[in-house]
Amino acid sequence: MSSKPTFFRDNKRDAPRARPSSSGWRNWIVVVPFFLFAFLFILLPSVSLLLRAFRDNDNRFTLMNFVGLLDPSILSAYWVTIRISLATAVGGGLLGFLMAYAVTVGNLPRPIRTALMTFSGVASNFAGVPLAFAFIATLGRTGLVTLLLKSVLGVSLYDQGFNLYGFWGLTLTYMFFQFPLMILVITPALDGLKKEWREASENLGASHGMYLRQVAIPILMPSILGSMILLFGNSFGAYATAYSLTGGFINLVTIVIGSQIKGDILYNPGLGYALAIGMIAVMTAMMAIYYFLRRRSERWLRQ
Amino acid sequence: MKKRSFWSWLWIAIGTLYFILPLYSTFDFSLRARKGVLSFLAYERIFKDPNFWSTIEFSLVIAIFTIIVSILLVVPTAYWIRLRLPKLRVMVEFISMLPFVVPAIVLVFGLIRVFSGAPFFLTNTYFGTYVLLVAGYVVLALPFVFRAVDTGLAAIDVRSLTEAAQSLGANWGTIIFRVIFPNLRVAILSSAFLTLATVIGEYTIASFLVGIKGFGPYMSLIGQNKTYESSSLAIISFLLTWAFMGMIQLFNRGKADTSALAGAR
Amino acid sequence: MAYLSLSNVSKVFGATIAVEDFNLEVEKSEFVSFLGPSGCGKTTTLRMIGGFEMPTTGVISLDQEDITYQSPNQRNVGMVFQSYALFPNMTIGQNIGFGLQARKSPEKEIKQKVNEMLALVHLEKHIDKYPYQLSGGQQQRIALARALAINPRVLLLDEPLSALDAKIRVELRLEIRRIQQAMGITTIYVTHDQEEALMLSDRVVVMSQGRMEQIGTPAEIYNYPSTEFVAQFVGQLNLLPVTQVDKVNGSCVLAGQQVKFDHSFNRTISEAPRLAIRPEEIQIGTGEGRNTLKGRVETVMFLGAVVRLRIDLGGAVLSADLFNERNITLPRAGDDVVISFPEHSCWLI
Repeated sequence: MSSKPTFFRDNKRDAPRARPSSSGWRNWIVVVPFFLFAFLFILLPSVSLLLRAFRDNDNRFTLMNFVGLLDPSILSAYWVTIRISLATAVGGGLLGFLMAYAVTVGNLPRPIRTALMTFSGVASNFAGVPLAFAFIATLGRTGLVTLLLKSVLGVSLYDQGFNLYGFWGLTLTYMFFQFPLMILVITPALDGLKKEWREASENLGASHGMYLRQVAIPILMPSILGSMILLFGNSFGAYATAYSLTGGFINLVTIVIGSQIKGDILYNPGLGYALAIGMIAVMTAMMAIYYFLRRRSERWLRQ
Repeated sequence: MKKRSFWSWLWIAIGTLYFILPLYSTFDFSLRARKGVLSFLAYERIFKDPNFWSTIEFSLVIAIFTIIVSILLVVPTAYWIRLRLPKLRVMVEFISMLPFVVPAIVLVFGLIRVFSGAPFFLTNTYFGTYVLLVAGYVVLALPFVFRAVDTGLAAIDVRSLTEAAQSLGANWGTIIFRVIFPNLRVAILSSAFLTLATVIGEYTIASFLVGIKGFGPYMSLIGQNKTYESSSLAIISFLLTWAFMGMIQLFNRGKADTSALAGAR
Repeated sequence: MAYLSLSNVSKVFGATIAVEDFNLEVEKSEFVSFLGPSGCGKTTTLRMIGGFEMPTTGVISLDQEDITYQSPNQRNVGMVFQSYALFPNMTIGQNIGFGLQARKSPEKEIKQKVNEMLALVHLEKHIDKYPYQLSGGQQQRIALARALAINPRVLLLDEPLSALDAKIRVELRLEIRRIQQAMGITTIYVTHDQEEALMLSDRVVVMSQGRMEQIGTPAEIYNYPSTEFVAQFVGQLNLLPVTQVDKVNGSCVLAGQQVKFDHSFNRTISEAPRLAIRPEEIQIGTGEGRNTLKGRVETVMFLGAVVRLRIDLGGAVLSADLFNERNITLPRAGDDVVISFPEHSCWLI
């Protein structure tokens, strides 16, 4: 904080060590298993995919695998994946935000909040195979809601072009774990919205609208965007739900990678590596933006 | 005031409906295995299926190993970077966030490519694939296990506790197992149950490594040819998730900060 | 009629009475402190003036206008919060200009006012910084500037210094007093720190359990506390059990020794009467018109400006504060001493 010269050593640094520093290697040996594990099971697999993505079948350097990504069916796989991720991130993000807002700022009774948090914890972890089953029973051709809409409102979803195994079906299914996740990650940010800010703003003569526009929403924006990016990544990498819902017959990046691992359909293994690397690249970009936004809001909400 | 709370209630109602409807539909469906009457026939069939029990047992054992390994990996590391190696903190944090960047499908792809060949040949034996499966799950669980343990450590001033224990004559084993672990009980238990909830029905990694031995792939198999049973499985699986998350609630006393981004998607 | 007045104001939250029958008249430009322990209702009273709580009963009026149920953004009352409550997404300049912006003042006027306010709190250089880049003391100055920028009719300060370090606290309270006097702004100041209240205020309101215990100038509050609570809460006080009270002549017996007390300062005396005497009134040695007592020194505590002795009078123990000097000769623990204090300086509770 200050650059004044000090005659005393920094207090914290001077604090007694847990034990006078013994030889260096002892310090490190405790963390070796962790780093070894990370190297073997995170780094090695990723790097191996990366290296293989630049090799052809005869192990020579090539960029053709990445050129292969430009194939219309692959591009369409990326496009569909991105659209679904975007739709569920924005849709789930909005619904989750509004619900979290309702129980934090919206003055609903405390037990509602507790119940919502428990439910969000469960629902955000309820995904994959059983979730697909649940939505088949709900919105499949003989699903309860499908039949109900037909008998009560006379609307036949499937005649209207809806298909549970297509874009909208998958989007609605993913939403089931997306909006609860939003509730979990956005609630701390909403809790960080100090009552005093609203009071100060009122006190200075601002209307409720001005408070929302100039104070609350700008403060929450980094958290909202950051959380939505998290949701985006969450659905971008999803495989199990989509696979069990569609039996593998939807053109998503994860599904294509899955078929590549099994060795059916695609006969160019290099393309599989390139796909995986493309996926890591997108996720890395998302995470970088997420961290940037989170740092900003943390800086604001500190104290 | 009134108007605002109307909107609050409305959003809660919509969300609740979104949550309840699929579950209700599934439950309703699961009761229709016997034509014309509601019955628990689908559940009976599932419970009578030896594969149900064997796969759930298998996944449970794998989950327990996952929990043990991740706790043994994470707790000493998180403790040590707080106590002695704060310089490594950024790096450990970064590593523990990496699984977010590598989706489960990509992870299993890489694991198979690396460990099926020389020099490991892990996929040649059952034991080898189990090791690989546990390793994959430890990676999936790493972000939330690290975060839970690290926040747990932050809450208990490990430095003073360690120094106090040392000044009373404790050795490292005593410190770790009688001072640090008990104080991290809540963090460890809640990350354990979160791991359990994630791993028990996991499909992506299990299907590529062990096939229908796992509970996730088993559910998928049932889904392909038995409609009513699959609904009852969905309900059972939901109840399991609810039970595990309920345990976390119990330990955390209402603080539901358990955002898992793990690989069951 | 006074500039700001609260009459018969009370506030009930569920089953608890936060403020009970509160009456106060504040003149224009006056500095009034609400002093009391936490939970005494001082903040609630302040928040009712600010419009953040509605009184359960009573009327609040400001400048001949009933503002009891006016919404906070209509009142033109400036408030400074304990936690600063600066908007973290805005620069310092934007924070200070926020109130004028809400009033739709012209851009040029806002700019001018912001600069004027920054000059007032000596933070001109920081106009484009964000709150998190400033220290706590600086942030609280900005919060003060922001509240003053709207030319409020009353300035409300809710424990503005309690989140700050001791040294900055002392510095900033001088600053608050300077600005308040320069601007002549009517100010209500909530604090639990008696030193702050005594130093800053024209008048102090001491509160306890939702009730006003006493109102008066700092000297009145300190020298003539009207209740036992005020006497104990403000300053240090010896309370020593006495017997054989003679109210008419103002005499009693303390630890077997005759003591005269101020009986013109007439207060109700409880069934177990105790003699109240401030430690700084006590001296070693004796003199004319003074109560003289014998005792034995128990402990000697050197505090810097004062030296605090604990003296056992043979049953009752009392604290005495002596002013320090460079060549002071201090008694030692175990010494027998004669102490004395003016007859008019002690009273019975």
